[in-house]
Amino acid sequence: MATQHSRAAARIMMAPAVILLLGWMLVPLTMTLYFSFKNYLPLRGGDLGWAGFENYTRFVTSSSFWPSILTTLIIVGGVLFITVVFGVLLALLLDRPMWGQGIVRILVIAPFFVMPTVSALVWKNMFMDPTNGLFAHLWRAFGAQPVEWMSQASLPSIIIIVSWQWLPFATLILLTAIQSLDGEQLEASEMDGAPALKRFWYIILPHLSRAITVVILIQTIFLLAVFAEIFVTTGGAFGTKTLSYLIFQRVLESQNIGLGSAGGVYAIILANIIAIFLMRIVGKNLDN
Amino acid sequence: MGRITLDKVTKRFGDVEVIPPLDLTIEDGEFVVFVGPSGCGKSTLLRLIAGLEDVSGGQIRIDSKDATDLPPAKRGLAMVFQSYALYPHMSVRKNIAFPLKMAKMDQAEIDRRVDNAAKVLNLDSYIDRRPGQLSGGQRQRVAIGRAIVREPSAFLFDEPLSNLDAALRVGMRLEISELHERLKTTMVYVTHDQVEAMTMADKIVVLQAGVIEQVGSPLELYHTPRNKFVAGFIGSPKMNFIEGETAAQHGAHTIGIRPEHLTASATEGLWKGTVSVSEHLGSDTFLHVHDTGLAESMTVRVGGEFPVRHGDTVYLTPEADKIHRFDEKGLRIA
Repeated sequence: MATQHSRAAARIMMAPAVILLLGWMLVPLTMTLYFSFKNYLPLRGGDLGWAGFENYTRFVTSSSFWPSILTTLIIVGGVLFITVVFGVLLALLLDRPMWGQGIVRILVIAPFFVMPTVSALVWKNMFMDPTNGLFAHLWRAFGAQPVEWMSQASLPSIIIIVSWQWLPFATLILLTAIQSLDGEQLEASEMDGAPALKRFWYIILPHLSRAITVVILIQTIFLLAVFAEIFVTTGGAFGTKTLSYLIFQRVLESQNIGLGSAGGVYAIILANIIAIFLMRIVGKNLDN
Repeated sequence: MGRITLDKVTKRFGDVEVIPPLDLTIEDGEFVVFVGPSGCGKSTLLRLIAGLEDVSGGQIRIDSKDATDLPPAKRGLAMVFQSYALYPHMSVRKNIAFPLKMAKMDQAEIDRRVDNAAKVLNLDSYIDRRPGQLSGGQRQRVAIGRAIVREPSAFLFDEPLSNLDAALRVGMRLEISELHERLKTTMVYVTHDQVEAMTMADKIVVLQAGVIEQVGSPLELYHTPRNKFVAGFIGSPKMNFIEGETAAQHGAHTIGIRPEHLTASATEGLWKGTVSVSEHLGSDTFLHVHDTGLAESMTVRVGGEFPVRHGDTVYLTPEADKIHRFDEKGLRIA
């Protein structure tokens, strides 16, 4: 009796959360699926009826589709590589006792609190501007021709900006992981004759593998949807059009909601493929 | 070979001197136990020998070579840690092989030594498992295995048994003693447990606040403790201390008498008291006696069974030749 009552009560109490989550996810998902089969052009006649799979074939056969997938993967891969490598190094550095540790740690975390739009604008105008940017001044100081970052090195620029934002996240998670390493293990390996580099390779890095997995998984989910940084810097030009940016262009610039929705469904499929792939390869680390 | 000499070794953390200048010689092949209450500096002393801490002054010599500034790996010592410090992501085999791999030994030799250590310590059955799948006693064996494959000139043990349950601790104690008999290598062992010290050591070093109170064989410390601290620390249950009038009769400031050197009787004896708690172990009975007018509580050990209960009156008589006498400074009066 009591269990039946409490089960019913539990259902009622969980209902708001479940309903909210369902509404949050299912409604947009079904709407996206619905529109992806429609010929829907809001400014050019509105709903023009069913389109079958035409939107899907058009989206894939567009000349921007495969380059956008490649761009997405390059950005995700580049940012992951930079944040994990530098995250490990920064975490090792911050783990050392030093003067002003508290302030340094806050400074390192700070970029994470800056909104993506703001940080991208700051990078674009303060650092990477070819006439007034700090990099331009630096280049000129050495007598070199300033780089036009946004056009000549557009993808690396975006990777740098996004990495700057995500580095604190990686550093923070890896730092806590390093701090949880048993000091006696390091001492034991020191007694066993392992010099600093080998201690890092054989003891610290394996200990961090789980944290690195978490960093990769979480960052991948967010990096697949990078948008603001591209919107305010290159606007999708110079080969920086990612899949999410392509969808945005289809929906808002071409005002073709059906085509954009089909792209959205492809994005869901891509995200799932990558998620399964990641879970298979690195998710094993989470088991033991 | 494994002769370790500490010459005026000092350790300071900031302004705090945890080990004032200290001299000690550990002979080759000896089993030396550092014992003392927690915070007495025994672990620090071991870490100084290992090289995990830098000395603030003085010299450490291993086999008459100056090792004061040598890094830990170059001292030829192996250490077993309290937490075992096994590498969780490596199998038992890889854990044991790790120091050999670091020494760039060839694979055939590594395999030979690891197999040999596995045989000596009976870890064949779980050699391919990871530390997380082992029990405390098995992990302890792996940690010892990792130490012996290096064939060090001395082993350092830092409270290796304190994470084990009581039954396992007795077993491992025997195993370590046997290992010492077989390898004949110098062993330095840190513990706070005087039973471990008494049962395993060739030589006990009793430490308090970084100072060596006494060095000697277990029975030397038991029979002729140099001061009150050693007298109270060695032996279980603790020695009874009596001050005042009774002590003065023996020409001392304090006299000490071990629980096993008191005879209890229900009818007659020198001192009269009331039983507060009697602990019946079967083989022995421990009586805690109050109201003797000598000390707050006296402990008596009676062989076999002794049928008394809370509130009963008992009479205690010390064995006259087993009374230890101490002066005002707590030093032994010969």
